[in-house]
Amino acid sequence: MAATLPLPHPLAPEQRAVTGRDLGWLCGCLIFVMAPHAVRIPWWLTLLAICLFSWRTYLALTQRRLPSSWLLMGVAVLGITAIGIEYRTLFGRASGIALLMMLSGLKLLEMRSHRDATMVVFLCYFLVLTNFLFTQSIPTALIMCGALVAITGALVSFSAPQRAPAANLRTAGLLLLHAIPIAAVLFVLFPRVQGPLWGMPQDAYSGITGLSDTMSPGTLSQLSISDAIAFRALFKGSSPPPRQLYWRGPVLWDFDGLTWRTGPRRLRAPDEVTGGEAKYDYTIVLEPHNRNWLFALETAASLPPNAWLSSDGQVMSYNEIRNRMRYEMTSIAGGRRVDTETPGSLARAKLLPTGFNPRAVALGQSWRRSIADDEALMNHAITWLRDQRFIYTLLPPALGRDSVDEFLFDTKRGFCEHFSSAFVFLMRAAGVPARVVTGYQGGDFNPLDGYITVRQAEAHAWAEVFVAQRGWVRVDPTAVSMPGRVDSGMANSVPFGDPVPYLMRLDSAWLKSLRYNWEALSNQWNLWVLGYNTERQREFLNRIGFTDADWRQLATLLICAVGTIMIGLLLWSLKRLVRPDPVQRLWLAFCRKLAAAGLPRAPHEGPRDFTERAALRFPATSAAILQVGERYIELRYGTSRTDDSMAKLTRTVRDFRPA
Amino acid sequence: MAATLTGANPRSRLATWFHGSRAPEKGPITLGHRRVYIMPTRVGMMFAATLLIMLVGSINYVLSLGFMLTFLLAGMAIAGMIHTVRNLARLVIATGRAEPVFAGEAAQFRLFLENQAPWMRPAVMVRHEASMAQTVSDVPAAGIADVVLPVPATRRGWLGLGRVRLETRFPLGLFRAWSYIQPDYRCLVYPRPEKGPLPPSSPDSSFGSRQATTQGTDDFSSLRTYQPADSPRHVAWKAVARSEDMLTKQFSGDASAELWLDWAHMPAGLEAEARLSRVAGWVLAAETGGLRYGLRLPGIEIPPAQGDAHRTACLTALALYEG
Repeated sequence: MAATLPLPHPLAPEQRAVTGRDLGWLCGCLIFVMAPHAVRIPWWLTLLAICLFSWRTYLALTQRRLPSSWLLMGVAVLGITAIGIEYRTLFGRASGIALLMMLSGLKLLEMRSHRDATMVVFLCYFLVLTNFLFTQSIPTALIMCGALVAITGALVSFSAPQRAPAANLRTAGLLLLHAIPIAAVLFVLFPRVQGPLWGMPQDAYSGITGLSDTMSPGTLSQLSISDAIAFRALFKGSSPPPRQLYWRGPVLWDFDGLTWRTGPRRLRAPDEVTGGEAKYDYTIVLEPHNRNWLFALETAASLPPNAWLSSDGQVMSYNEIRNRMRYEMTSIAGGRRVDTETPGSLARAKLLPTGFNPRAVALGQSWRRSIADDEALMNHAITWLRDQRFIYTLLPPALGRDSVDEFLFDTKRGFCEHFSSAFVFLMRAAGVPARVVTGYQGGDFNPLDGYITVRQAEAHAWAEVFVAQRGWVRVDPTAVSMPGRVDSGMANSVPFGDPVPYLMRLDSAWLKSLRYNWEALSNQWNLWVLGYNTERQREFLNRIGFTDADWRQLATLLICAVGTIMIGLLLWSLKRLVRPDPVQRLWLAFCRKLAAAGLPRAPHEGPRDFTERAALRFPATSAAILQVGERYIELRYGTSRTDDSMAKLTRTVRDFRPA
Repeated sequence: MAATLTGANPRSRLATWFHGSRAPEKGPITLGHRRVYIMPTRVGMMFAATLLIMLVGSINYVLSLGFMLTFLLAGMAIAGMIHTVRNLARLVIATGRAEPVFAGEAAQFRLFLENQAPWMRPAVMVRHEASMAQTVSDVPAAGIADVVLPVPATRRGWLGLGRVRLETRFPLGLFRAWSYIQPDYRCLVYPRPEKGPLPPSSPDSSFGSRQATTQGTDDFSSLRTYQPADSPRHVAWKAVARSEDMLTKQFSGDASAELWLDWAHMPAGLEAEARLSRVAGWVLAAETGGLRYGLRLPGIEIPPAQGDAHRTACLTALALYEG
């Protein structure tokens, strides 16, 4: 008979055709998750995506057949070729996203059943992930949470096509809420592997800003305008005063007349730091800058793991910093190491390009003739610099070939780069070993969480002079000329009307407090959410009592925790299944009493029919039975309910004896 | 009835082996969570593969939010699994009344799905395993959905409902939860009525026939199938225009006309089932004709009467006749 012919399964997704509502919803989701990419991809790709979407919508509205797979294949080949030409590769990060965007449009054009639509939903989830390649800030996370609810709503609507979209969205939200405990446990306990697993595409780290290892007049000016955060520091105990906040970065040795460059870095033993004013223990959360420099307060007295100390006092990491990194440091302000420089490196610190800046060379040589002692000469130069009345500005006039001469004697306007470059040049001209040190100076103390935020705008350059018996001595020519730059920040040192980073100008109290709040929040976000890595995981496990947990212990812990949550959720769900609302509960209790007396309610029997039947069967209590029926109907289905009817129903049901 | 217990398709046979063949359950059946089974669907497998790709991507690009997203989706799938079980668990299935049908028609088995939970249970599929009759319905919150399964009735007698599968994939379609029930629920199937002329009137009472039949021409009483001997003046031409069959207008002069529908009043070589079919056809025709008729089967005799109850009694006797 017919039983041998299997009918199509009505719940199978391949049996259900995509409706206009499904299509609209999916298009909305795709646009939602792809819109942030629109600014990052070439304009023609956005246009192509819009065309493919409109095409599909047009076909749906006019109820036409979908295009043949040959046509789609042709569009795909053309698109892939164009993307290949545009990006010169198909395997980079940007070209991968471009491919995904084009393929999602093509997938829409061959979407017939819910099975295809489900694939589009999965694609949407994946596109959410691609957004995090560019930004993982709190606003992005919130926006993508919204996208998740919408996408999941689409998935739910495939399983319940008859339900209202609002109900499906509510279910999606509920599912995501129920997912949070499991997600949190997985996030904390899932064994973290330090990426990357394989070679990263060439363009993976493009657009990361930071200090440069060269310095030529003009480049730091652009950096100074950036509000991007370089790193944050949290001091145990009190924070150092602003004049001690010199964060050491690359040391520049070689000058070719235009550009200062770093010298060869040799490894040196991190031997003891002597002297100094105060010792500071602090934590630094460093933003990725794609270099292997670690910033530390001068003078670094300890080394983070996986790092080394260079011969010129810079803390270096063995790997490029490509992810936000957190490390502990100890520094001694004003402390120094025994500097045993070789004659070779001291000679390097006296080298000057020939034929550049003749006036500065002449000035340096004239000082040398009258002052024999290096330290006295250095002090003389500092005094001279202070007396010259230079003007600190972020918009200095353009300088020509002899940049030092022009700055010192003609324009007299510049910023840290010009000051340090000129000072070191003068020192070398006088035959005193000197070098330029770059890094950051200052920082913004957030009173809410105690962190000092150092921005790219706080990039600075100063000088170091080698003095016999003392070693390298720090001289900040900018501070010498403009003491305000170091003590009260950049905004107060530049002339009125000069551009300074926007955030540095804010003086309104509530704006400032708003900014501090936001920064404290995003700092916590960076530390605990974005910065949660292998080390933080180990730290956390140690704190909750799992010292040196290996992946097996971690997996056991994980499975136990997820299992507990699952069982809890299941039991809670099942308990709610059998707990009807109070009115229903009373009604069921009433029915149970009648059933015990031999009169069970038939399943198809409504309350009115049943109570009427019961009243005939038990005439002695018929009044009570009919009353229960009426109250129940009123409470459950009626619009007008009085407050005491519930109490009355409770009492009647409780006192009810069938016969 | 045993034939309906083991379905014809191998999957159902496997299910019988797996779940054991239970005796039909009496009364409303509550689907305890222990009898709800759950497995990932093909879509669920693909979702798992997507999550794996996302996890590898998050590790490679060190995306903390990527991890968060992947884990959130994994958690959502797990929560979805529980929601799928929840969509079926604690559903109470009660049986309605299945009106008798003739063999060859479909028995309409009515099931009431009662949802005591304060939320709706969307997209619950109910499928009759043997015949694959199936329907999908949304069970309202704290309410009842009634579901009718049209099961083809092939043989007269009691038709048991047999195994019924309930399945749902709500909310995410990543898992399917299912359960089997076998309620004690049966439908009476009358023999397939054979269209044919009523037994001819005969004075021989033992042969079973009309007594004092006066097929008059005065009062129009009903229509019956055309017989070659009928007068063309009595053919209901309007009715012929509406249907395929030639119908003859019947006029009765005497309402107390009685007819005995007798098992013996048939050719000797006829098989028992064929005889029952023919008698069933007579019963229908006699009832339509407004005659008083009685039924005589070996060992059973129902005195002549008229009306729905009598017709039901006769057909029931025919349906349950065991020769």
